[in-house]
Amino acid sequence: MTPTEAAITIVGLALLTVVTRAFFLLPDRDLPLPAWLQQGLRYAPLAALVAVVAPEVVLTQGQLITTWHDARLPAVVVASAYYFWRRGILGTIVSGTVVLLLLRLGFGW
Amino acid sequence: MARMSLVESAPLPLWRHPEFTRGAREMSGVSLGIAAWALVTGVAMAKSGLPLPLALLMSLIVFAGSAQLAALPLIAGGAPIWVVWATALCVNLRFIIFSAGWRPYFAHLRFWQRLRMGYFTADLNYVIFMRRFPEPRPAPEQLPYFWGGVVTNWSAWQLPSLAGILLADRIPTSWGLGFAGTLALLGLMYSLVADRATLVAAAVAGCAAVAAYALPLKLNIVVAIAAAVAIGLLIDHTTPRRVAPEDDLT
Repeated sequence: MTPTEAAITIVGLALLTVVTRAFFLLPDRDLPLPAWLQQGLRYAPLAALVAVVAPEVVLTQGQLITTWHDARLPAVVVASAYYFWRRGILGTIVSGTVVLLLLRLGFGW
Repeated sequence: MARMSLVESAPLPLWRHPEFTRGAREMSGVSLGIAAWALVTGVAMAKSGLPLPLALLMSLIVFAGSAQLAALPLIAGGAPIWVVWATALCVNLRFIIFSAGWRPYFAHLRFWQRLRMGYFTADLNYVIFMRRFPEPRPAPEQLPYFWGGVVTNWSAWQLPSLAGILLADRIPTSWGLGFAGTLALLGLMYSLVADRATLVAAAVAGCAAVAAYALPLKLNIVVAIAAAVAIGLLIDHTTPRRVAPEDDLT
């Protein structure tokens, strides 16, 4: 791909960002969403988060991990414990990352 | 939590509004995770072989991490432009679902304002906004809250992303720093589990996302959302409510 083509591709990607994110916001006319869909959408944000998190924790290159010697598992346990203890997201990130780095760099997990 | 009722007084500039600060603060909790993730994405962009100006352009205007990561190897490998776009479209499908969620709040605004707001609504803006305003109807404090979250999220993404592009050679990727982003989402995820229905929906979404992981283009996320919405609706319609009776049996 030439730099010009790459630039065109990138501008198109930016347009895709705005079109997909604003998709149902764009029509001016009333957009009758069925009530059940409106109600069901309350599960969408949580589902999207879980859908990103779960594979990141239990899969390695698309395969379920088969060892306990994976730094991500203790990191998630500690981060979860912190969350339910203090309810703070910053501490959740920091405690889990510290465990992850300790095990990765210190123990080579 | 008490809903703030604002007296109709002289209009404050958006960024002076207390809800702007609140939106910024509630987004800042996850910002560290966003920043770590952006840094790793920036490094990946620089190492993909994309020329520096194009990598900077991509970060600044595309502003969608997953789509960028999906598009990079295709651009580097010289795939046809439409293939790159189709890939990004699939990765962005979840935003179309979210946009239906935004509509009841922002449909009354002017077209260009809706377009502008849509552009900035990353995943976490949606999650945090919906946690703050679960009732799908417009309210005056929503706009400042929205922009407070957007400004925080945009900065927490763009600055580390640009730093990652520029300092790619000096940032160790083997440490797994990107996992900080996953941990941020983990904490946010817990904060959204409110009752048995959301817990079950979350479990179903997790299983679906792992089971469908082999699907290309991150379509497993769309599958997981569909499964969670379906199971959530099923629970809503089969569980007799003991607390908070609702008049939904019209």
